Amino acid sequence: MYNAGNGTIIFDKKPSVLSFSAVVGKKEGAGPYGKYFDQVEEDAHFGQETWEKAESENLRRSIDLTLQKGGFKAEDIDFSISGDLLNQCTSSGYALRSLGIPFLGVYGACSTMAESMLLGSLIINGGGAKRVLCSTSSNFCSAERQFRMPLEYGGQRTPSAQWTVTGSGSVVLGNGGAGPFIDSVSCGKIVDMGIKDAANMGAAMAPAFTDTVKKHFEATGRDFSYYDLVVSGDLGIVGMDIANDLFSRDGIKTLGKYNDCGAMIFDKETQDTHAGGSGCGCSASMLCGYILPEMKKGNLRHVLFAATGALMSPTFTMQGESIPSISHAISLEA
Amino acid sequence: MLTKKEYSKIVEKHSGKSPVIKDTLRAFFVGGFICTLGEFLKKSYLSFGLSEEIAGTTVSITLIFIASVLTVIGVFDRIGQFAGAGTLVPITGFSNAVTSPAIEFKTEGLVPGTAAKIFTVAGPVIVYGTLSSVIAGLIYFFIK
Repeated sequence: MYNAGNGTIIFDKKPSVLSFSAVVGKKEGAGPYGKYFDQVEEDAHFGQETWEKAESENLRRSIDLTLQKGGFKAEDIDFSISGDLLNQCTSSGYALRSLGIPFLGVYGACSTMAESMLLGSLIINGGGAKRVLCSTSSNFCSAERQFRMPLEYGGQRTPSAQWTVTGSGSVVLGNGGAGPFIDSVSCGKIVDMGIKDAANMGAAMAPAFTDTVKKHFEATGRDFSYYDLVVSGDLGIVGMDIANDLFSRDGIKTLGKYNDCGAMIFDKETQDTHAGGSGCGCSASMLCGYILPEMKKGNLRHVLFAATGALMSPTFTMQGESIPSISHAISLEA
Repeated sequence: MLTKKEYSKIVEKHSGKSPVIKDTLRAFFVGGFICTLGEFLKKSYLSFGLSEEIAGTTVSITLIFIASVLTVIGVFDRIGQFAGAGTLVPITGFSNAVTSPAIEFKTEGLVPGTAAKIFTVAGPVIVYGTLSSVIAGLIYFFIK
């Protein structure tokens, strides 16, 4: 592998995605992509007593399923890389505590799936591991509790507000296999365009996404014509509009190939989700439930998966700070 | 290079405004309904022979109770999403603001959860409500 500049690394031996799964909640199951997910849990609590435990159980189930689908046992995995939105990445810590796999906790807010896969593919390509498990989760209720208002509080949401996805995605990366393969990765830089409104995350994250995509194109010499799909993580409908605007200002033609997991996962008209989905589980479940299977089927050949994260906390927001954002891109080929 | 100022204009263009007229009409009718219900209750309590003052207090207690029950059974937030200020401004909103964290933080225990967090939403209203009533009381005392 070599560093092509702009945070982009191009692989010689392309790491492959050996196994993957997505486990989501009821609302996500009722959305336009509901039929694609491996499991849809009807019980909002995932059989647990609290929302935090529900999220962790959601993640654990996805990891179990990914291992099972690939025919792996926990001891076949050299490293696990996982992160989530709960304070101190606790959903991941609890989900992985019984597996005994060497663990790296990462935090990239909602960009975590791309971040964990980026790190995992580096370890694989560098020869440091045969198999790496990458995963993340989010849960509407645990996120509301931590970042916003109590669940039963009767306030009104603004049109730009997004709905945290209850869901989890996980992949096992390795060598060989039938793919899809990771041909390159781009590590984004932190971008802050001064957005302070925590109810408009899409606006905060859109410039980070377009920046990473532009850097990836510069480093690889590609453009939208190379990809069948360039997908951002959870910009939502508002953030996607802004990203389209930013691309056109830079003279970049998206050729109708740009979409956003947050804008895709819910039906805006019937599900009352305002600007769409958000959360680590949004891009992770769309990647593992829809994008990777479509690549396996041959319906998508080249996909740039660029998950997006807002690196904020309610404390900093209350102290008047703007929202720093990031986006990491994983370039996949079938 | 895009400046933050230019970017905020782009954001404004795409962010969409709250539907003010629709929200106001909904708030007006739902809020009006709650007030009408209050009047109906008051008239009923008066007809039971309660004094004017006691009837008023009993109306508040009844509305607080109804809002609290609707919060616990998970209905109030849906009404609130529809009605906005219509349910938030009357005493029903205050009831919801106290009940919702009380049930939410039950999972962390009755003392460090419910009791410690019960006023996280309504706290500012209580603090500044009390403060402003003291100030208003002092002004009233001196100009009287």
